[in-house]
Amino acid sequence: MLYKAVVIGSSAGGLQAAKTLLKSIKSTFSMPIIIAQHISPHSNNYMAHYLNSISPLEVKEADEKESITPGHVYIAPPNFHLLIEEDYTFSLTVDEKVNYARPSIDVLFETAAYAYKKSLIAIILTGANNDGAEGIKMVKAKGGRTIAQNPETAEVPVMPQSAIDTGCVDQVLDLQGIISFLNQIGSQS
Amino acid sequence: MVKEFNSDRTEDIEIELLLEGILKRFGYDFREYNRAHVKRRLLHRVASLHLSSISQLQHKILHEDLFFQVILQDLSINVTEMFRDPTFYKTLRAEVIPILKTYPYLKIWHAGCSTGEEVYSVAILLLEEGLLERTQIYATDFNPQVIEVAKKGIYPVSRIKEYTYNYQVAGGKHSFSNYYTARYDSVIFDSDLKKNIVFAEHNLVTDHVFAEVNLIICRNVLIYFNKQLQNRVVKLFNESLIKGGYLGLGSKENLMFTDVFDAFEIVDSKEKIYHKKVQ
Ligand SMILES: C[S@@+](CC[C@H](N)C(=O)[O-])C[C@H]1O[C@@H](n2cnc3c(N)ncnc32)[C@H](O)[C@@H]1O
Repeated sequence: MLYKAVVIGSSAGGLQAAKTLLKSIKSTFSMPIIIAQHISPHSNNYMAHYLNSISPLEVKEADEKESITPGHVYIAPPNFHLLIEEDYTFSLTVDEKVNYARPSIDVLFETAAYAYKKSLIAIILTGANNDGAEGIKMVKAKGGRTIAQNPETAEVPVMPQSAIDTGCVDQVLDLQGIISFLNQIGSQS
Repeated sequence: MVKEFNSDRTEDIEIELLLEGILKRFGYDFREYNRAHVKRRLLHRVASLHLSSISQLQHKILHEDLFFQVILQDLSINVTEMFRDPTFYKTLRAEVIPILKTYPYLKIWHAGCSTGEEVYSVAILLLEEGLLERTQIYATDFNPQVIEVAKKGIYPVSRIKEYTYNYQVAGGKHSFSNYYTARYDSVIFDSDLKKNIVFAEHNLVTDHVFAEVNLIICRNVLIYFNKQLQNRVVKLFNESLIKGGYLGLGSKENLMFTDVFDAFEIVDSKEKIYHKKVQ
C-alpha cells in the first residue's frame, strides 16, 4: 500500500466530524488512524469510548510506548502531546502547550512526518485556531499527502483555512469526500 | 526519492553525533530519551536560530560555552504545577500517609522535581497530616536552573487560582492562602515548609542510588525515556526504596513492562502508586 498511516487534527466541531468519519469508515480499513482533537485538559477518556461505540474500527486512547497497529484508531489523551517514534510507537509528553493546545496537532503531525515520511496522509478538519499549519508544512516537506476539510462546509473554517494558506495542502475536500477517499485508498478488498 | 531518503538519514546521524558530543562535553546523556521528542526540540531550535542543519547547532553547542544551557532547557521539559492531578494527592493522603505515620522518621525523594511545585505540594500535605517535622525530603533534578527556582519557592500569582482549585480537589484541609504570602505579582511559600527539604542536582541517567527512602515520587519524567532507560531508572528506584516503601509515578507511567514489576504491589492503578513488597 502506498500509505502506512493517517493522522487527523481537529478542534472546535471536531468531535462531530470525527463521529461522522469514524461511523462511515469501512471495517476493512487497514491503516492506523491517529487523531489529535483539542479537548479540555480535565476531560477523561469518554471521547475514545464514545467513538469506539459507533465505529466499525477499534478506537482507543493512545498509550505511552504502545505499538501502532493497522486498522486501529488512536485518540491523543487529554493534557498530553502525542508523538510518533520511528519504530511506530507512541510517546507522550507534558511539554508546554503549543498554540494553546495540549494535545497539539503540530506536535503529532511533525513527529508523524519524521516517522512515516512519504507514507503519511495528514488531514486537517474543522477548528477555530491555526494549530496544524506548521505540521502540514512538515508532512509536505517529507513527501506525505496533505488534505484539508473544505472551509466552506467545515463547522468552523479557520483551522482548515490556515492549513490551506500555507500552500502545502494537496487537496481540499468536504467531509464526505475525505471519507470516500480514505475508504477507497485504505480498505483491503 | 533517493535524495529525500538520504537527507532524513543524514539528519538522524547528525542527531546521534550531537548527543554523543553533548555527553562527552557536558556529561548529560540524552541518547535514550524518546527520539521523536529530542528531534523535534532540536529541529525547532535549528529553525528559530535560522541555522541550516543540526551540525551547525552542534558547532554552536560545542564552541559557545553558555549556549548549552539553552539546549538543556530545550531538552529538559520543566512544565509543572502544584497538586498536578489532584486525585493523585488525594490517594496519597488516603492510602499511603496512614502507613507512613507508623514510622518514627521518614525520607522522601522527589526525582525530577523541576521548579519545586510538586515538592511544596507534598510538604503542605505532610504538614496537614502532622508528618512534616519528622520527614527529610530530598528534591532533585538534573537541571541546575530549576533547582535554584525550587529553592526560592516563589511562583507567579497568576497561577494561584488554579493551584487553589487543585489543592481543594486534592483534599486540602485548610485555606490554601495560609501557606503563602503574596507580594506584587508573586507568591512566596512559607519558609517553614522548606525547613526539611534538601534541593540537589541529581541525574537519573548517570548518577547512582540516592538514599534509602520510604517514598519516591517521580512524575512525568519517565515518559521522556525509552523503554530501556525507563527500566534502568525504575531499578534504581527499587534499590533506593526500603522494603515496604512506596513509589508514585505520573498518570501515564507504570511499571507494567519493567523488570521490577514483580517486586511491587499496586496500591492504586489509576494513580500509579506502588508498594514495594516486603518479601
Ligand atoms: C515535565 S517535568 C515534571 C515535573 C514534576 N515532577 C511534575 O510532574 O509536575 C520533568 C522534569 O524531569 C527533569 N529530568 C529530565 N531528565 C532527568 C534526568 N535524567 N535526571 C533528573 N531529572 C531529569 C527535567 O529537568 C524536568 O524538570
